[in-house]
Amino acid sequence: MTQHGTVLSFLNAPLKAGTFLKLGLVIGALLTAACGKESSSSEVAAVPKQDAGGIITVYSERKEHLIKPMFDAYTQKTGVQVRYITDKAGPLISRLQSEGASTQADMLVTVDAGNLWQAAEQGVLRAVESPILEANVPANLQDENNLWFGLSQRARTIIYATDRVKPSELSTYEALADSQWKGRLCLRTSKKVYNQSLVATLIATQGEAKTEEIIKGWVANLATAPYSNDTSLMEDIVAGRCDVGIVNTYYFGRMQKQTPDVKLALFWPNQSDRGVHVNISGAGITQHAKNPEGAQKLLEWLSSPEAQYTFAELNQEYPVHTGVKPSAQVLSWGEFKADQVNMSSAGRLQAAAVKLMDRAGYR
Amino acid sequence: MTSSNMLSRLRHSLWSVPALAVALMVALPVLVIILSWGNAQIDVWQHLIATGLGRLLKNTLWLMLGVGILVMLVGVTLAWLTAVCEFPGRRWLDWALILPLAIPTYVVAFVGLGLMSYSGPILTLWRELLGNDSWQPDIRSPIGVILVMSAVLYPYVYMLARSAFLQQGRALLDAARTLGVGPVKGFIKVALPMARPAIVAGMALALMEALADFGAVSVFNYDTFTTAIYKSWFGFFNLQAAAQLASLLLLCVALALMAEQKLRGKKNVHNAANKARDRIQLRGWQAFLASGFCLLIFTVTFVVPVGQLVVWVVQTGLSAFDARFVQLILHTFLLGFIAAILVAAAALGVSLAQRFGNSPIGLTQFTSLGYALPGSVLAVGVMVAFTFLDRELLAPMFNFLGITHTGQILVGSVTALILAYIIRYFSVGLGPIQSGLERIRPSFEEAARTLGCNRRQVVWRVYLPLLSPATLTAMVLVLVDVMKEMPATLLLRPFGWDTLAVRVYEMTSEGEWQRAALPALVLVLVSVVPVVMMIRRSRR
Repeated sequence: MTQHGTVLSFLNAPLKAGTFLKLGLVIGALLTAACGKESSSSEVAAVPKQDAGGIITVYSERKEHLIKPMFDAYTQKTGVQVRYITDKAGPLISRLQSEGASTQADMLVTVDAGNLWQAAEQGVLRAVESPILEANVPANLQDENNLWFGLSQRARTIIYATDRVKPSELSTYEALADSQWKGRLCLRTSKKVYNQSLVATLIATQGEAKTEEIIKGWVANLATAPYSNDTSLMEDIVAGRCDVGIVNTYYFGRMQKQTPDVKLALFWPNQSDRGVHVNISGAGITQHAKNPEGAQKLLEWLSSPEAQYTFAELNQEYPVHTGVKPSAQVLSWGEFKADQVNMSSAGRLQAAAVKLMDRAGYR
Repeated sequence: MTSSNMLSRLRHSLWSVPALAVALMVALPVLVIILSWGNAQIDVWQHLIATGLGRLLKNTLWLMLGVGILVMLVGVTLAWLTAVCEFPGRRWLDWALILPLAIPTYVVAFVGLGLMSYSGPILTLWRELLGNDSWQPDIRSPIGVILVMSAVLYPYVYMLARSAFLQQGRALLDAARTLGVGPVKGFIKVALPMARPAIVAGMALALMEALADFGAVSVFNYDTFTTAIYKSWFGFFNLQAAAQLASLLLLCVALALMAEQKLRGKKNVHNAANKARDRIQLRGWQAFLASGFCLLIFTVTFVVPVGQLVVWVVQTGLSAFDARFVQLILHTFLLGFIAAILVAAAALGVSLAQRFGNSPIGLTQFTSLGYALPGSVLAVGVMVAFTFLDRELLAPMFNFLGITHTGQILVGSVTALILAYIIRYFSVGLGPIQSGLERIRPSFEEAARTLGCNRRQVVWRVYLPLLSPATLTAMVLVLVDVMKEMPATLLLRPFGWDTLAVRVYEMTSEGEWQRAALPALVLVLVSVVPVVMMIRRSRR
């Protein structure tokens, strides 16, 4: 995309302009340096030295309760410590960018291919040559230049109220734009990256004009304003606000776990053409990793059969490793044909997708 | 010039040091944001203008207007009732009405949505009683957002107006009475104008927070200017465009702050210093209405949200309450406490410097800007500035001094996080202290001077004691705000420094509200303690 520049580029040039600014920065730095020292000493106590046991530092968008069990298991197995902070992908990538060579982070874990692609695009990831990763992660779920690798998959698929909709009425994502769904469709906000990736891959296969028509059809069929999350969307389908929606499989899995007899079911669309839209969570090694070997070993382990079942099962997702079966609950939703489009297209077309949804009035 | 003359001038200018220091810190992220214009993102701008910038502005304006009016009406009414009148329940409602401040906006938002959504208990009952096709209120509407935000933000106005009314004393009102002015007219003509600086300061805080809010508006999918900033960042991955949008937001706030200064009025409204007071005894239906109104507000803004949290905690069980919670609470409190002390000290310095005429007004207003920036934008601004300082200044300096370092001295340290808090919440501390100072008559200082006190003594023996209630208010406000702060904590916290707000984020970001209830409830309880302590002190 043309509008990308590095975050820092605007810091460098204009600073030369005013000596006043420089002077200000120097005074500010001196003021803060005084207190900086005292706290860094307390930090040394809290954080083990890097060279001690080859500690691995991770910036993660995946939530703590989904990654900590994995890191704990890895530490138990290898004795290697893993420390991490969690945040959204945007701030984490910005942090990596501005930290540059001085970053402590060895690995970036994010959800959604759009975010992984952006991280690669912004130059914060490094290529990893690993026969193990190549063997474990299917080609369409990893970056062409080996900057990132998928670790789990989720499908973003159609969900319907079993008491009001027959599965035979459903066919494709595109068909949700048909007038028979007028006032019966619920969608999550277009600001969520999952929908941006879904629409981006639609653009990749259908072209922009066709996609815009589909999205306009969706918007015309909406029963109510878009939701801020999949869970309240599903709750409202159950309550009768609408009949069909599009959600990530694990949200349904979570609800099903709490309410086993919930009157909702997943439908696998587009089985006679490209298949169901799947997305990934994944990780890459940072450009300026201090412990790239250790981080690579961790990444390889996360993609291994040993770790894949748990990594996916913690969030009711599908493993990326083809030799590992998902949990029984996930298996019970049935087999489906997944869209094989390379995940990179989700990132490449993300900005186009956002603009398209804005034009179509999808909020 | 004689040397003693120079010394006194130096001492004189020392008063502007805190103001300059804070202004400088606030300037860092603001600078980063303004410098983004070095590369105008025409593409994004064109797209925004073509696809609904007008709608965003309209939404934002409605939000400001609605929240502004609502917090003013509710806050001032409650403050007048509890500070001046006497009615059943007043004694405990007096402090209870401040408690909603302890609930983060994002928590009230997800609780409100959980209760009032289509599938929530209230509307389900509604449909059962009135039928499926009956009209139903929709919480995911502008009115819903305004109600939710006002529920959390009215205590700013309430607290500041309350202490203003308390300090007014009865003398002026009684004087008005003897001139034939009734209680209602007396309120409008005498008490209200005198409390205006405090009310306006409270409204400014509430509005700036509403403007910068992302948590609540995104729960409601209500598009404001701030959501556009985040969209440019997360949707287009264009941080520069986001920063450019943010700079426009800053410009608006700067203008609003100038208007605030005007609104506060130039008239010198000073404390009548009348401690003893008799309350207006409300009886009959008046007392009933007063009690009922206060009780209603307290129930809706505090009892119901906390009750829902408790229900969720009971449903999900206490199993998540592990040993790490103790650490979370400790971190949360420690960060808040340090920030509160530093902000209060700096705000005292800045306000006194302004009082002594050593600080240009613009500088003080400038230091307030941090509060109006959306949290994540401020956090990134701070982070970019700090990494720059680390790389260009601190690392070379440490090398020169022979101190070993990792290249990251500020970033990833507690210091950086605390500095970010100071930048963000300085105006929260400044508001109460400034309006407290405005109520102190200059004659106090003049009297002390004639008795031979120098300026330092005047500060220690006149201003600081008189300002101690306002300082306490400022500290508690900052403490509570920092404890519920989310975006800057997420981005800048050192490894292992998770707080309760971070834990809430981990759960709510994927819509797991029930699981978020436990950390949210603990956060509310931890915040309630200092609020109650402050109130008890201020009543003595």
